[in-house]
Formats: sequence, C-alpha cells, structure tokens
Amino acid sequence: MAGKVVVLTSGKGGVGKTTSAAAIAAGLALRGHRTVVIDFDVGLRNLDLIMGCERRVVFDFINVINGDAKLNQALIKDKRSDNLYIFPTSQTRDKDALKRDGVERVLNELKESFDYIVCDSPAGIEHGAITALYFADSAVIVTNPEVSSVRDSDRIIGILASKSRRAEFNLEPVAVHLLLSRYSPERVRKGEMLTVEDVKEILSIPLLGVIPESESVLKASNTGTPVVFDEESPAGRAYHDAVARFLGEQRELRFLQPERRSFFRALFGRA
Amino acid sequence: MGLLNLLFPERRTSAVIARERLKIVLAHERASRDAPDFLPVLQRELLDVIGRYVEIRGDMIRVNVGKSGDTSLLEINVELDGAKVTPTKNGAAEDGKGVAKIDPGAATPWVKPS
Repeated sequence: MAGKVVVLTSGKGGVGKTTSAAAIAAGLALRGHRTVVIDFDVGLRNLDLIMGCERRVVFDFINVINGDAKLNQALIKDKRSDNLYIFPTSQTRDKDALKRDGVERVLNELKESFDYIVCDSPAGIEHGAITALYFADSAVIVTNPEVSSVRDSDRIIGILASKSRRAEFNLEPVAVHLLLSRYSPERVRKGEMLTVEDVKEILSIPLLGVIPESESVLKASNTGTPVVFDEESPAGRAYHDAVARFLGEQRELRFLQPERRSFFRALFGRA
Repeated sequence: MGLLNLLFPERRTSAVIARERLKIVLAHERASRDAPDFLPVLQRELLDVIGRYVEIRGDMIRVNVGKSGDTSLLEINVELDGAKVTPTKNGAAEDGKGVAKIDPGAATPWVKPS
C-alpha cells in the first residue's frame, strides 16, 4: 500500500482547517478508506478535541519522531469508525521539534498501512506550516469568502508550487483543491460576501466543495464529533460531497441558495 | 446576457469592491512572488553606484524581471528627471570626467519600458 498525503492548509488562521481536516478524514474513512489524521500544529494541539479523543492521548507525533514511542503507541483509533485513526501532536514542545527527516520517516511508515494521511497544518507560513505541506501529494486550500483569507490562500498556493517536495524534485505538482468554507448564501445574495465564482476565478484552482456557514459546526466541535457524522447538517452533507469529489465523483454543488424558512419553522422560530 | 447586463448593471456592493481589490493586489503580489531573490539586492547596489554620480532616491529606480516571447528580460528603469549631479566624492573626478551628464530637460528614461 502506498498512501497519499493530503494537507489541509490556508495561511490564515480560524478559517476551519481543523474542522475540515476532521470532517474530510472521517468522510474518507466512512467510505472505506483507511485514514489517519495528523495534527501538525505543535504547541497548539486541537485536533484531539475536535475528534473527541483528548483524554486518550498518551504519546504524540514528536515522541514518535524522536523515537521515544512507537507509531502504534501514539495512534488513537477512532471509536466511530474502524478505518479512522488520530495522530495527536505535542502540546508542550515548540514547532521546531518537527524535523523534516523525522517527519518523512514517520509519513513513510504511515504510507505502508494507510490509504490517506490527512495533515492538519498550522496557520501561517512558518516552519510548522511549511513542514506540513512539504510532503503533500495533494492539498486542500481552506478559504473563507473574505479578502484576507483569499489573499493568504493565494500565497499558500504559490508556496506549494515552489517549496513543496514535489516542486523541489520536479515531480508532478501537488494537486491543489479549493474548499470554500463558512459560505453564507444569504449574505452573498445581498452582495455582502464574495461569491463562490469570485473566489474560484481569483484563485483559479479546481473547486472541491462549498461548506455553508452552519450552526452544526459549533455543535460538532462542542461534542468532539466530526461534522460528517451529523446526517442532518448541511455542512456535514457538504463535506460528504467534497470527499466524494476528492475521490473523483461528479457531484452538483448544494447549499448555494439561501434556505427557505418553512411556515412551520418561522412560526416556532426554529432554525 | 449582454442586454441583461446593460439593463441591470452590477451594483457596486461591498462584495464587488472586495473582488476588485483582491484582483489588483494579487496581480501585483504574484508578479513579485515569481521574481528572483537577488532583485532587491541588485536594486540596492545599483542605487549605490548610480548615487555616486547622481542624487537619486530609492523610489527612482525599478528593477523587474519579465518575459517577452522566448526572451527573459531584465528591465532596469532609472528615473533621473530633475536629479542633480552628486557633489564630488572620491571616485568621481574633480573636473567632472566620469560623472554622468544630466540634461535637466530630458524626460526620456535611459531604458525604454517595454
């Protein structure tokens, strides 16, 4: 088996990288692919909370890189899916603990037993973020329809094209995909938010999906459940669509129109 | 579609403004992103050398790398409009030999922009 390395990156913080990494990893696992999701945000561990396994962390990424723990001691098996594993990072070390050769060794070991290795990148363009994207085979650029996020995404796309391992060794370029998150059809309709076409045209990379702004995302993080497990949630369903497209399926975009509130819902004030 | 656009021109909503600002700033940043790393240093050194002969400010010199067809182009633009000859220093001859002669009336740049 030769697993694929998928990095979720954005440049800007707070756009939904960890939420998306958790959702996409869980979505891949639900479709039968053996998947591990790794937290690259050394010092600011959060993937464990979003995945709901924060009390089960014993060893971490840095322990494995330094040879203080074996890979299977640090991997946490997800309780909801047999195909899903979480690889937490260190909360106490600093980001310089991510040595490139150590990371490469661990990724190569993971590639032997997983189909997909989903890397949750830290924000910024410093060492941790560069290390997270360096080994990528494909990249999901998480972008919000907002000027600073779009600009930072453009910068990250440029870095992927010039500083990744694939660029350095003149291999086939990293496959980049746009994931537009926190999209509000209502605000787009009012002309208060960039449209999906605007962002697509400006960044000119293929669109993987549009995740609507949704209350279910906060609920999911409150309970430590990736949002794809919420069948009712528009965001959850949009992530499922994105995963299907990532695997090569053709799917229509959904949730781009403002939701019509039914008479009943309007009456009882439930969203 | 053309007729529709004519009848209902796009409103200048804040989203339209955002799109236009992004397009402009990114066009600029992409151009400088692909530039080789040595450009700022080259620009500084050129400024140094030219400054020995003519009083020149940092914003009066522009160095760009571009492509014109199959040819890579190093384009150096030095604006000398109104620039004064630097008072004599070591390196520049007393009698003005070796010092660039500036015609204050000439507005044409030394290198024509492509």
